[in-house]
Amino acid sequence: MTLPLFMFYLLSAAILLFSVLTIASRKMLRSAVYLLFVLIATAGFYFLLNYQFLAGVQLTLYAGGIVVLIIFSILLTSHISHKFKRPAAWKLWMGLSVLVFGGGTTLWMLLLQPFDKDPVVKAVPVSMHLIGDQLLGLGKNGYVLPFELISVLLLAVMIAAIVVAKKESN
Amino acid sequence: MLLLDIYSFSTLTSSIDESLNNVMVPWLATLTEFVLVGIVFLLFYALLGLFLVYLERKVCAVIQNRIGPNRVGKWGMFQTIADLIKLLMKELITIKNADKFLFNLAPFIVIIASFMAIAALPFAKGLQAIDLNIGIFYIIAVSSLGVVGILIAGWSSNSKYSLIGAMRSGAQIISYELSVGLSVLAIVIFSGSMQISTIVESQADGWWIFKGHLPALFAFVLYLITATAEINRGPFDLAEAESELTAGFHTEYSGIKFAFFFLAEYMNMFIVAAIATTLFLGGWMPFHIGGWEGFNQIMDYIPSIIWFFGKTFVVIYIIMWFKWTFPRLRIDQLLNLEWKYLLPLNLINTVIISFVVLLGLYFK
Repeated sequence: MTLPLFMFYLLSAAILLFSVLTIASRKMLRSAVYLLFVLIATAGFYFLLNYQFLAGVQLTLYAGGIVVLIIFSILLTSHISHKFKRPAAWKLWMGLSVLVFGGGTTLWMLLLQPFDKDPVVKAVPVSMHLIGDQLLGLGKNGYVLPFELISVLLLAVMIAAIVVAKKESN
Repeated sequence: MLLLDIYSFSTLTSSIDESLNNVMVPWLATLTEFVLVGIVFLLFYALLGLFLVYLERKVCAVIQNRIGPNRVGKWGMFQTIADLIKLLMKELITIKNADKFLFNLAPFIVIIASFMAIAALPFAKGLQAIDLNIGIFYIIAVSSLGVVGILIAGWSSNSKYSLIGAMRSGAQIISYELSVGLSVLAIVIFSGSMQISTIVESQADGWWIFKGHLPALFAFVLYLITATAEINRGPFDLAEAESELTAGFHTEYSGIKFAFFFLAEYMNMFIVAAIATTLFLGGWMPFHIGGWEGFNQIMDYIPSIIWFFGKTFVVIYIIMWFKWTFPRLRIDQLLNLEWKYLLPLNLINTVIISFVVLLGLYFK
């Protein structure tokens, strides 16, 4: 077993374990922390693939950004003694059957797909200039339109949040 | 053969790599190198942490016209070692009604985040653990993980002081991260690369703070202010404001767990100063003046590791100076400063720098 393969199994095991823990934990902040571990392990995958930029983005946006926001909202709303009740038996069975059905379908589709065992093309580090050109590019695969659209969406969300949070004037 | 060359460490590291690969299979050699680098960093952490705490107490004493620690060893040199032994022997208090798993996890998250960041720093010529393609972006990315540990520590302690401290520090770090990123971006624009070795190489003929004219100087000042806030140090230390919150997010921690927070805080200060050195002050590059051949040669005699640590400690001294001279800000003043002044200034500066680079107005 080579070192990258070993790392692959290690990261996969971490992702599987912490994903299950994320949904199984009955304390909300613990779930968020397990989710953080899942996201960091995913960044580890990108490092393993030599796609360092995406790994960095994964760490800043998901691990450092979104999880921090989630934790912040938990800090503001939930008390430390709060614990979810055990789900009712029928809910558990429903969930499990959905899991078996959905997981089975996914696995079946995945196994139908032929995989190249040893890919010939090795990933090369992407230069910063290429990333910049693509992010602000107008041509094929350029990201300037999605980028601008997302910024408009974010602006709308922020204005909406301010309006919702505003005190009534009376 | 191991040759210790103080001017370039690449011969030393490559000879270690070679001899390891000669005696064992490649994957085991890689693993051994991981462990070796890890041990070196652990030792570095312990020693530098002790020294920084001592330095802080001495600098504080000088600024306040005192002598500072002076009983243990000559000039109180072993004071922090004595303190460390005391900390190690303290009882680890477990708190009733706290979330014990998260409570114990939080110090590790904080210290691992700073470990990950320090791995990408270039300490001297050829002395860098990982030289990633996205170096500086990686450092910013992993150092943003530390705040998770602070937030968890504050919440899981089940104490009001801790929670308020954690909320303040979270709000502070998230806001100031933007400005830190933008002021770092200034040098990325100048040097045209995010790889740390390339950024250092680009300063062989002059540091960016000199080559980049006023915009680079301005970015440096903005970086110093925002980075001081990012590491929760005074005058931005309202997350642990002693006089109002006892100790903020680590109020409930004792013994070695508290020491972890303390160590991470000091190491973060070192990392921040080292980034400032690498980006603005030429990293391990010696100070050169174009045309003065004799002067430049004398400067080349000083080893690169001394250049790096010398510059870093100058920046550390400035950051300490901030803490012991400025009064602490209020939370609303802090957020006002970031969102209304520093961030717009940073954005304008980034645009100016882009124009300077496009028109080629900087020294090349």
